[in-house]
Order: sequence, then structure tokens, then C-alpha cells
Amino acid sequence: MARGQTLFLHGPSGSGKSTLLGLLAGVLAPSSGDVHILDASFGSMSAAVRDRFRANHLGYIFQQFNLLPFLTPVENVLLGCAWSAERSKRAGGTHARMVEEAQRLLAALGLGAHIWSRAKTGELSVGQQQRVAAARALMGGPELLLADEPTSALDASSRDAFLKLLLDECGLHGTSVVFVSHDMALARHFDRSVALASVPQES
Amino acid sequence: MRLLSLTLKSMRQRKAGVALTIFTVALSVFLLLGVERVRTDARQGFASTVSGTDLLVGARSGPVTLLLYAIFHVGEATNNITWKSYQDIRSMPEVAWTVPLSLGDSHRGFRVTGTTSDFFVHYHYGRGNALAFARGRPFSDLYDAVIGSEVARQLHYKVGDRIVLSHGLGGANLASHADKPFRISGVLSPTGTPVDASIAVSLEAIEAIHVDWHSGIRLPGMEASADQARHMDLTPKAITATLVGLHSRLSAFAVQSAINDYPEEPLLAVLPGVALGELWHLVGTAESALRVVSAMVLLVGMSGMLTALLGMLGERRREMAVLRAVGASTKAVFALLVMESTLLTVAGMAAGVLLLDAITAIAHNYLLATLGLVIDQSPAPGEWPLLVLVLALGSLAGCIPGWIAYRRSLADGLQVRL
Repeated sequence: MARGQTLFLHGPSGSGKSTLLGLLAGVLAPSSGDVHILDASFGSMSAAVRDRFRANHLGYIFQQFNLLPFLTPVENVLLGCAWSAERSKRAGGTHARMVEEAQRLLAALGLGAHIWSRAKTGELSVGQQQRVAAARALMGGPELLLADEPTSALDASSRDAFLKLLLDECGLHGTSVVFVSHDMALARHFDRSVALASVPQES
Repeated sequence: MRLLSLTLKSMRQRKAGVALTIFTVALSVFLLLGVERVRTDARQGFASTVSGTDLLVGARSGPVTLLLYAIFHVGEATNNITWKSYQDIRSMPEVAWTVPLSLGDSHRGFRVTGTTSDFFVHYHYGRGNALAFARGRPFSDLYDAVIGSEVARQLHYKVGDRIVLSHGLGGANLASHADKPFRISGVLSPTGTPVDASIAVSLEAIEAIHVDWHSGIRLPGMEASADQARHMDLTPKAITATLVGLHSRLSAFAVQSAINDYPEEPLLAVLPGVALGELWHLVGTAESALRVVSAMVLLVGMSGMLTALLGMLGERRREMAVLRAVGASTKAVFALLVMESTLLTVAGMAAGVLLLDAITAIAHNYLLATLGLVIDQSPAPGEWPLLVLVLALGSLAGCIPGWIAYRRSLADGLQVRL
């Protein structure tokens, strides 16, 4: 997969979509073989190095968002680069600049200041939380964005709009995207589309 | 700093749980330190029943016996010290002051001590506290008496009341000194020492009520009225014991052996602290019992604290998984959990100590008046190791979920369901 490319990964439930994402993110270890990603090999890394690699280079949008409900949306977005000096630098370096970037990302993904400036993340609607989760994954422009059915909670029209905003934002930073969904209707937004049954256990 | 602010924000989210945990820790700490403080203060109070007195001198018997009858008013003296011996001790160059004690009479079960007004100056207890008057003054007239707080409380006496002393220390048929009634001139403040349950009169008064007595019986035909007695020679012939204060504590052993070798009559001088220590060994089972209670409180308190902390941290499992997923290292998650349990423990400890201080301050006078127990507001030395133990256990409590989070695979975290 080339840099900046977007890949749509689909397949029926239980076909191993999430497992593949787990392997790509380095949170699961392959029982055989190795994972090569961004010119690096997970097989040769220790767990701590993998943690740092993930913090520096990967953005991950979870199916369940995994936001911290007691933080504000902006604080949740800031978590995206909290453990990576590299991404902090790319997001502006200083705290004030990073806050600005987080606010810009939220706005770019369709969350107006009137929403995120007042509420705690836990008080937002599911769709709004999804946008916060996406903004967090994109914070600091990671090289690779892994998205696990991030649109499952959205209706068809807002789903397409959200996806467009997400992909535009990725294009801005040259972020590659691996997008997992069982909704074939989304495939047209992506450069390539792969059905999982034909994907070997190595990327 | 980032971890700390995350922890604080997360805790703010769980106010009720946090408050409950801190409360549990505070109660444990309160109980733990409370029992320790009572234990220490009970011993301290006992050990400092007499303080500031360098030597206690009586007729030769055993140190504990002397201490029991002279200070604790338990048992009877086997022998007295002659007035001459007392004067000899008094005139030793190392001796700064002496307070004579003459025992042998009682009033409704409370012992009467014949002494001088120096008693109120030199008798110290606790950490050098002098006797204080709750009401009234020291005795000035021959037939004045000063009563301890316990006497006043139980018999409802007040300044100005008249009392009659009895000859002897108890038993069925006490002969009374009804012909020479005493007037209460003062009531002492509670001290938590045997002084509370005693009545102090002047040495001359003891002499006066016995002026027409010999060998324990009133001599017929020799009766002297209270007023007649005033004009008689009331110099005592003997006293029971004496408290001795020295110019320098360094000479205590020299003076002690000089008195023990006093050629004219067999005397015994003891260092009150040493004798009190020996006596405490006798009654030390009470302290052992408190130690057992202390250990049980420690066990229960600590397990309550650990349960509360672990429950609290269990709630954060999902939060930890999220942080791991956004790139926080296992070390950061571990640090976060330990930080939270440490914060909770420290807050609980502070609350517990404050609670204990507040309660001892409020209950201080009540405990002193009703139980004769002096609870000190300053921490007992044994409390510091306990606090360190609580802190260590509290931090350790954070290590358990921290270790679980460390061991748990990251994938587990990513798949946590809402």
C-alpha cells in the first residue's frame, strides 16, 4: 500500500476484519509470520517499542470510540498526541497550538465550537462522539489511520458526509487509511477495495 | 503533571466513590491511630503519675510496695520515717525540696494525705503538669482540706462543705475524728492520677486529730478539743514517705545510696520512674490486651481500605484500556493507578488524623474527668510507623490493578464494550 492511499476492507462478520486491524496496530501478535508496516517490522520490536511506534505513527478509530467521558472533547482529542512527542510537534508543539489544532480538527469534522466548548464528552450524542474519536485519531497527522467501522452509528446521509470530511482531512496530511466496514456502499469513497476472504495474513 | 491532572479529572467524575473510599481509609486510620494513642497514653499516664520527683523515700520495704502505698494509695505502710530522718534528708546539700506524705486516715473510702502546701507546687504529673485548682485554694487553716476531683464528683462536695475524717483506711468499724471536722478549702482539677481520689490536709492537721490518740486508740481522759489542739505542739513525730527533688538529677544515684545506707533507721529511696516501670510490668496485661485489639483493628482497617481502593480502581479498567489504546505505555497506566490509590490514601490519612485530633480535643476533658485517662493531642511515636504502613499498603493497593493492567493484553483493552 502506498503512502496516502486509502483502502476499504470489507467482509462478513467474523471474517477477521478486526483481527487484521489488531495485527496492523500491533496490539495482537501473529502466531506465525510477521507484520511489516511503515518500513518497520513488529516482529522485531519489544512491547514497549511497539507502544511507542503506535503512539507515534498510528491513529485508530475504535468501533466503540473509547473516549474518556469525564474529559471535554478537546481534551479527548489532545490525548491523541499526549504520549508522542513526534505527534505533539506535528500538532503545533506548544499546548496552546495543540489546543488550536484540536479545535480545528473538531470543526473540520463537523463539530462546531458551540457543541464542544460546553459539554463533557460523555454528554454528547453518539454521532458527535464518533467525530471526537475521529479527531483524536487524526491529531498530529499520523502516517496511518486504522478505522474499525467508525460509521456504524450514523445514518446514511450523515455517514457519507462524515466520511468525506474524514478522508479530506487524511488527504491534508498524506495519511494512509485502512477502513474496515461491512457496508459495501462506502467502497466508492476509497482508492482500493479488498474483500477479506482474499487477503493473506500479511500486509 | 499530565498524569496527575488526568487522575484528578477522573476522580472528580467519581465523586461519590472517591468520597466513600477516602471515608473508609479515614475511619481505618482513625481507629488505628486512636487505639495506638490510647495505648501509649495509658502507659504514659501511668508512667508519669509522678514526674519531676527525683526520689521517693519511705521505710525499707520493696520499691513497688513503697510506690503502691505512697503514690497509688494501695495497701498500708509497714513502717514510718521519723521526723528526724526526714529533717536529715531535707538538709542534704543535693536536695532542693521535699514534700512529706503522711497517710493512714480516710474519708468514706478516700485516702487522706497529710502534707505541706509544697505538695501543690512540687507534685507534678504527666509532662510536668503541676496540680491546678478547679475551685478554691490550698489549705491555710489547720482544719482546711483540699479534695481531688474524683472525691468532689462522687460525693458532690463543694468548697466550704464540712467533712469528718476517719481513723484507719477502711473496714467496718472506723473510729471517726468527729470532734475535729474539716472545711473544704479547694477542689483540684482532674489529673488522671491517684491524687484525684485523695484528700490533702496539712501535716499539722494529721497531728492535731491524733493528739489525743495513742497506738490507734483514743486515750480516755486526754481529749483535746479542736481549738485546744491549735495551741499544742503539732510537730509530727513521723511521716509515711517523702517526695524528694534534687538540684541536679545527676546526683540521684548518690543520694539514693546515701539514704539507703542511712545509719539511724532502715530507709528506702527509689527512682519513681524505675519503680513505675516495674509496676507497669505487673499490670501490663491490660496493655497486651490493647495490643491485640490494635492488631485486630489493623487487620480489619487495612482490609477495608484495600477493598475500597481495589473496588475504586476496578472501575477504571476501561479508562486504562482507552489510554493504552491511544498510546499510553504500560508504565504510564501503572503510574496512573498507583498515583490514584496513593492520592486516595493520603487524603484518607489526612482526614483520619484530623478526625482523631478533633475527637481527642472534644473528648479530652470528658475522658479525664470520667475515666482519668489523659489523651494527648500530640501524636504518639508509634503512630508514625503505622502511618507509613498505611501509606505503603495504599500505594501497594494501586499496584495490584496496575499489575493486572500491565499483564492484560492491549487487545483486551481495545475490545472493551461500552
